[in-house]
Amino acid sequence: MSTLYEEVPPSFAEDVPVRRVELTVNGERRAADVEPRLLLAHLLRNGFRLTGTHTGCDTTNCGACTVLYDGVPVKSCTMFAVQADGHEVLTVEGLATASELHPIQEGFKDEHGLQCGFCTPGMMLAAKALLEENPNPSEDEIRWALSGNLCRCTGYQNIVKAVMWAADKLGANAESDGADDAGDASSAEGAASNAGGEG
Amino acid sequence: MYPSRFRYEAPSTVAEAVAMLAAVDGEAKILAGGQSLIPMMKLRFAAPAMIVDINGIGGLDYHRADPDGTYRIGALCRHADLEKSATLADAQPTIAAAAPVVADPLVRTRGTLVGSVCHADPQGDWASVMVSLEGAIVAQGPNGHRSIQVADLIDGPFQTVLAPDEIAVEAVVPAARGVRAGGYLKLERRVGDFATVGVAVSVEMSGGSVARAGIGLTGVGPATINASDAAAALVGTVLDADAVDAAAQLAAEAAQPRSDHRGSADYKRHVVATFVRRIGAQIQRSEQEAA
Amino acid sequence: MALDEIKIGGLGASRRRVEDNRFIRGKGNYIDDIALPGMLHMEILRSPLAHARIRSIDVSAAWAVPGVRMVLTGDMLAARNLAWMPTLSYDTQAVLATDKVRFQGQEVACVVADDPYIAKDGCEAIVVDYEPLPPIVNPTQATAPGAPLIRDDKTGQDSNVVFDWEVGDRDGTDRAFAQADVVSTIEMHYPRSHPSPIETCGSIADFNRATSKLTVYMTTQAPHIIRAAVALVAELPEHMIRIVSPDLGGGFGNKVPVYPGYVVSILASILLECPVKWIEDKSGNLISTGFGRDIYLKGEMALRNDGRILGVRMHTDSDHGAFFSDAQPSKFKIGLMHSAFSCYDIPAAHLTAQGVYTNKAPGGVAYRCSFRVTEAMYFQERMVQAAASDLGMDQAEFRRINLVRDDDFPHRTPWGFLTDSGQYGKCLDLGLEAIGYEDFLRQKEEARQRGRLLGIGISTMTEPLGAGNSREYDILGIKMFDSAELKVHMTGKALLRTGAKTQGQGHETTWAQIVAHELGIPAEDVLVEEGDTDTAPFGMGTYASRSTPVAGAAVAMVSRKIRAKARKIAAHLLEVSEEDVEWELGRFSVRGAPDRGVTIQECAIAAYSNMPDGMEPGLENNAYYDPPNLTWPFACYIATVEVDPETGVWDVLRVVAVDDCGVRINPMIVEGQIMGGLTEAYAMANMQFITFDEDGNCIGSNYMDYLLPTAWETPGFELHEVVTPCPHHPIGAKGIGECATVGGPAAFVNAVIDAIGDSGVRNIDMPLLPDRVHEAITQGHDVSGAPPVRSEP
Repeated sequence: MSTLYEEVPPSFAEDVPVRRVELTVNGERRAADVEPRLLLAHLLRNGFRLTGTHTGCDTTNCGACTVLYDGVPVKSCTMFAVQADGHEVLTVEGLATASELHPIQEGFKDEHGLQCGFCTPGMMLAAKALLEENPNPSEDEIRWALSGNLCRCTGYQNIVKAVMWAADKLGANAESDGADDAGDASSAEGAASNAGGEG
Repeated sequence: MYPSRFRYEAPSTVAEAVAMLAAVDGEAKILAGGQSLIPMMKLRFAAPAMIVDINGIGGLDYHRADPDGTYRIGALCRHADLEKSATLADAQPTIAAAAPVVADPLVRTRGTLVGSVCHADPQGDWASVMVSLEGAIVAQGPNGHRSIQVADLIDGPFQTVLAPDEIAVEAVVPAARGVRAGGYLKLERRVGDFATVGVAVSVEMSGGSVARAGIGLTGVGPATINASDAAAALVGTVLDADAVDAAAQLAAEAAQPRSDHRGSADYKRHVVATFVRRIGAQIQRSEQEAA
Repeated sequence: MALDEIKIGGLGASRRRVEDNRFIRGKGNYIDDIALPGMLHMEILRSPLAHARIRSIDVSAAWAVPGVRMVLTGDMLAARNLAWMPTLSYDTQAVLATDKVRFQGQEVACVVADDPYIAKDGCEAIVVDYEPLPPIVNPTQATAPGAPLIRDDKTGQDSNVVFDWEVGDRDGTDRAFAQADVVSTIEMHYPRSHPSPIETCGSIADFNRATSKLTVYMTTQAPHIIRAAVALVAELPEHMIRIVSPDLGGGFGNKVPVYPGYVVSILASILLECPVKWIEDKSGNLISTGFGRDIYLKGEMALRNDGRILGVRMHTDSDHGAFFSDAQPSKFKIGLMHSAFSCYDIPAAHLTAQGVYTNKAPGGVAYRCSFRVTEAMYFQERMVQAAASDLGMDQAEFRRINLVRDDDFPHRTPWGFLTDSGQYGKCLDLGLEAIGYEDFLRQKEEARQRGRLLGIGISTMTEPLGAGNSREYDILGIKMFDSAELKVHMTGKALLRTGAKTQGQGHETTWAQIVAHELGIPAEDVLVEEGDTDTAPFGMGTYASRSTPVAGAAVAMVSRKIRAKARKIAAHLLEVSEEDVEWELGRFSVRGAPDRGVTIQECAIAAYSNMPDGMEPGLENNAYYDPPNLTWPFACYIATVEVDPETGVWDVLRVVAVDDCGVRINPMIVEGQIMGGLTEAYAMANMQFITFDEDGNCIGSNYMDYLLPTAWETPGFELHEVVTPCPHHPIGAKGIGECATVGGPAAFVNAVIDAIGDSGVRNIDMPLLPDRVHEAITQGHDVSGAPPVRSEP
């Protein structure tokens, strides 16, 4: 018996309500048969073997399980897997491409933004969501945006620096992309300053 | 960490959801944000036989003002939607003040105001805010809609007067009789902590004096506290220091805190009074700045 | 041309971490990430009561849950002589309760099932009939006449006292006090705290009937000690046990002891002949595994009017919970409490200590700490502040007068430790300059005129890090040395293994830097492995900031052994005698003919292809290092705060840290350790504690009540350094991991006490919750003692 099935045993289907979920994880279509009580974090970890999404507490405090759900950062231990049916999930494994790390990953390494590494995937995904909304955050804005993720090792100072490192790199990338197309560059800059102003 | 087994339904209309609830007679829980319910299920403090997930129901994620100023917040409007709104601070200053201090930023992306009010946790922030605004919850059941004042909705810790086959579909704040002002202050030891004390003060200023006032208290009683005597002490005043002070004292008296590891009962009462004064002073300052 | 040491990632390079490459990709390999074929899952049923006799346990309904494979109770374990296990302090601890439960959260039964959800269902189906007994939740209750006996399982135990212990010179101290102009006193409680790594504990036991081999993947900071413990407890042959400690999501002392979950998962795997995984939930971790602190401290200081300290008396009452399982060197019952006041020149001191059993979780682990030095240094710096205040002296000046001077080393501390080096005055002055001490005192006075409360807190301390030496430090008789094994492959690349176990400290990065420093092999060419007892040399593991002082020294020593052999090979290749070979980083050359040389890499290939006649082939060796002394890092932490007099809420304005940990192998990592330590110090001062109500209910068994600070509250840190190389460590390094956690709390508390100085209050116990600070301000009295035990209805 299991909460997560590769194949649903027909004899259990009566007593145990099993549902099929289909979702997009890191750009790939995935499907699984699950009991409704299975948490999304456990589907990712045990069903899809994407073990970079960690679970650190029982009470929705630590944020180690943070993933992006349709682009929005959520604690995947506080959603049921069935709720992801038809949705898109991004986990830490989806941050890098085959050849390149995401600037947030580079920033965490370069600024020593991690020690034991357990909170890191959740931190990076929360940071990604922040930078998408606010490409040029202040220290306070970073600290505020990451305040749903607990780190026990670093004291956060280097995490803040890591996110700033990534913001700089993403900004520089956007600028060099924009150099090919002057119109885009000016609009990107406008968006950045607007976002900064709102925060 | 591992919830008990349940049946799961994901209706696409409120009517379907109501029918599902009616069919199981109180054994079901509604899942909106789930940020209180799912942790309780993980700890097995809650073990509903059925979950009715309303996230697939369209058209419930709004927050908006009607032409007459009535403000409506749908059952799937997330805390983060309120926190990030550019217009809310003018329209609903108390709500805007509370939105950023509810739970933590990640919980706010999922959790909902309506769900939080109906969860009726004495330490929940939103019920106090809604009480201060004379807000109501609109519930839909097999026989249609009814509106329940939040002050009447909650009848104990984690208890409401909602029938087992009713769903709260929106929160409603009536139009102001003047210019709205207000604030929410919360004493927490760190982001995501439950409130040691939370105080919501909402006023409607007309012709320089208070036309209506409401004060709601978080975390200082067995349920959200409607400090109506304290609020009444503000009505008709120009929100001068004496009036605010009187309201602060009455609010502290209305609180029914208990001593625990977050603080002594006396201390919590003292903080209630302090926060009423501070919000009063904030409103005063912004009134003066506006003038 | 000598190599540039920084470029090859040697000593002093802020080399980016090797381990990050997997962590940032989500490819770490933590215990819960491991899945073995056919693996079952175990969950633990815990006691809801703090003290109760077990009348009966009915497991029949649990067996009936589809998917449940085994239900284990204390009786089943007792039949195999496994119901009790030894602790790190020569006591015994129940694996699964048989007679009584002795704390809330104690392990009562385990369920093994196809999946953890079902195992939890099984636990819920177990019915336990308890007869409640009166609980004891503090030392006063424990020693009260007629107190119920908690450890009635132990023959000869007729009270709840675990030990009475003393150290120091009682008569000499009495004489010092007789000469005192002023006697200053203070009392405080250091609350129970929990190391609380974000990752909890867990294990996967995999017993293979065909080979008789038991492999246990386990969250442990000390895998070799665990192997020995498993061999003794489970009576299995040690060579057929393999302990693998995978990536650890933090440790901080929590993952040193043996916990019941490990033991039962092993038994279940042996009985079921398949892998059994146990992953603790957070509540289980906080409610049952090794806590830190929980000690009442009182003391007096004999003072001369000119500010000199003449003597110190201390007494401690420590609460050990239901089983005495402190992680501590065997000789010292209250750990290294008597390392207090080591940085001050004090002629006489005496310490008495009593430990008691209570109906609380066992532990007493060295939470980011060397065996109670955190309590010792906290007490020291709080006492020092009170004494300076009683004398009407400036806080900094009082410290400066009493600090051991640079020319006084080696210095014998009042309780007999030997400190070997330090520049304490320089360290303090650097801190004062960085914070702008005089300016702040002026600002504080100006603010006071306007009704604002600013305060500054100083904490200066040295602490003994790096257990052993083996003469004085052992755990259960096993001497505290450590080890390294280095294999240089023929292409000059190398594999290094040590007996330590990294948990985030970055050993994979820094150990390679020591090899690079000693041999000139670029750090990136050195693979570091730890944590697998089948491959790593025997070592005592990582805790008490001992890795760099002991295992790190072993890395240097084994590198030197390799270099000595390489030198012989170089002489052979260069066709000169060994005496004519000179070493520069990465290369041997002929004395007087520096152009004629061979690199270490050339020596490596020759070790396998062209060794001198009579030489054993290969370039491998190991080293077991037994340090001659502890290392004595020193630090000065200064915090400034503002207290809101209306609410008692306090905010940190600035934090300055000056650390002297000797030679820094990787400055980036050292600074990371200091910032992490400061954060835990801030957490303890501000919010983090576990308390109990009068029924023995644990308050703080989840992250809603046990608060770790987030990025939002945590202050920024300004770091500075002094470098006094350790005179006996091969590369001059000292421990650093715990310094800031040890010395930091007093800086925050001293700052708040300073801010409310007008109230006459000399102590508020941690955590400085707003209501306690507010009470101190408004009532003008100390707020001491455990936070409220009683929750009013």
